[in-house]
Amino acid sequence: MSSIKLRAVVALSGLALVCAAQAQQKETAAPKKAAAQTKKAANAAKDPVAADFEKFHEIMEEASPAELFEAKGEELWKAKRGPKDASLEQCDLGLGPGVLKGAYVRMPRYFADAGQMMDAERRIVYCMVTLQGFKAEDLAKQPFSSESRTPDPVSLVTYVAGQSRGMKIAIPQKHPKEREAYNIGREIFNYRAGPWDFSCASCHGEDGKRIRTQNLPNLTSKKDAIRAFQGWPGYRMTGGLMHTLQWRMNDCFRQQRFPEPGYASETIADLLTYMAVNANGHVYKGPGIKR
Amino acid sequence: MSDPMRIRAVAKDGAVNVKILMSHEMETGQRKDAAGKPIPAHFIQQVSATWQGKVVLSAHWGTAIAKNPFLEFNFKGGKKGEKIQVSWTDNKGEKRTDEATIN
Repeated sequence: MSSIKLRAVVALSGLALVCAAQAQQKETAAPKKAAAQTKKAANAAKDPVAADFEKFHEIMEEASPAELFEAKGEELWKAKRGPKDASLEQCDLGLGPGVLKGAYVRMPRYFADAGQMMDAERRIVYCMVTLQGFKAEDLAKQPFSSESRTPDPVSLVTYVAGQSRGMKIAIPQKHPKEREAYNIGREIFNYRAGPWDFSCASCHGEDGKRIRTQNLPNLTSKKDAIRAFQGWPGYRMTGGLMHTLQWRMNDCFRQQRFPEPGYASETIADLLTYMAVNANGHVYKGPGIKR
Repeated sequence: MSDPMRIRAVAKDGAVNVKILMSHEMETGQRKDAAGKPIPAHFIQQVSATWQGKVVLSAHWGTAIAKNPFLEFNFKGGKKGEKIQVSWTDNKGEKRTDEATIN
């Protein structure tokens, strides 16, 4: 290395050390406030546009039309419907029949009565079939929201998700099937396929990736993993559509030019298990709102 | 038959803050369907909120208001336990009124 370059490197390292030392002093002096301020300033400097988006997002979250679908879901949950003319109030979401609070942040989980791993939507469909007599094939025909129609399971998932608002994500990994689902989910996440040889990791396996104006979370990292859980189900302002994770997974597969995954299938349950477990410990803020 | 509005009214320091989420298509009439036919306009034209028989908000809306509109406003007076009513009428003559208790 030339002597000029070497001196520059030494100078920069010295400067870095001084800055670090000063930061240290600030931290010990008024730890929480200073740390928060320096962090905020650093983040704002890093991405002022992202900071603005965050602010806008917070304002939108308190006015989210997702609430309208929560209300609709509550109606559907309590109403007697289907060939068996029964309500869903006896549906066991993992915490006992009819127990809603905290159920959403504990799925996907293993359900002994079905002998399967199930995410929230898969479980709700199961209850609609077993308790109310609906046909799974019918529910799978047009399972995603369009501008003219929001499918019942979507409103139901939104209602159930709202009942876990403010609770810590605690996806269980006790049962061997739950651990197996996590491992299979991780394999699926990393499995390259399709004509472009994409895997989920192609877009979601590194920091700082983006598609046009959409920042992509690194779902393999501790800090970003929450973004696979938070915000879903979510109200998408474009089109005014309520979407669940089943829709999101279907659309991801479409974007990768994969074959369409089965609606509420075991594959998706496994993939969702991997991503949800990675988000454990974070607080779930309830149904979200999106662009 | 439209879906109910979600209304939250909170009394604080002699005023009431009201937040309303309405369920409505708010179709502008400018869009066309897949076949190329214009989708007819269907949007809320009139909104009013009343408290103790008094009109505390009156609004005329047009096609610039978004689908599933959110409205927030404050009015003086109003105590916890009292009721407010919110009504809307759209260009097709459909109406809806919902009531909420001030918290």
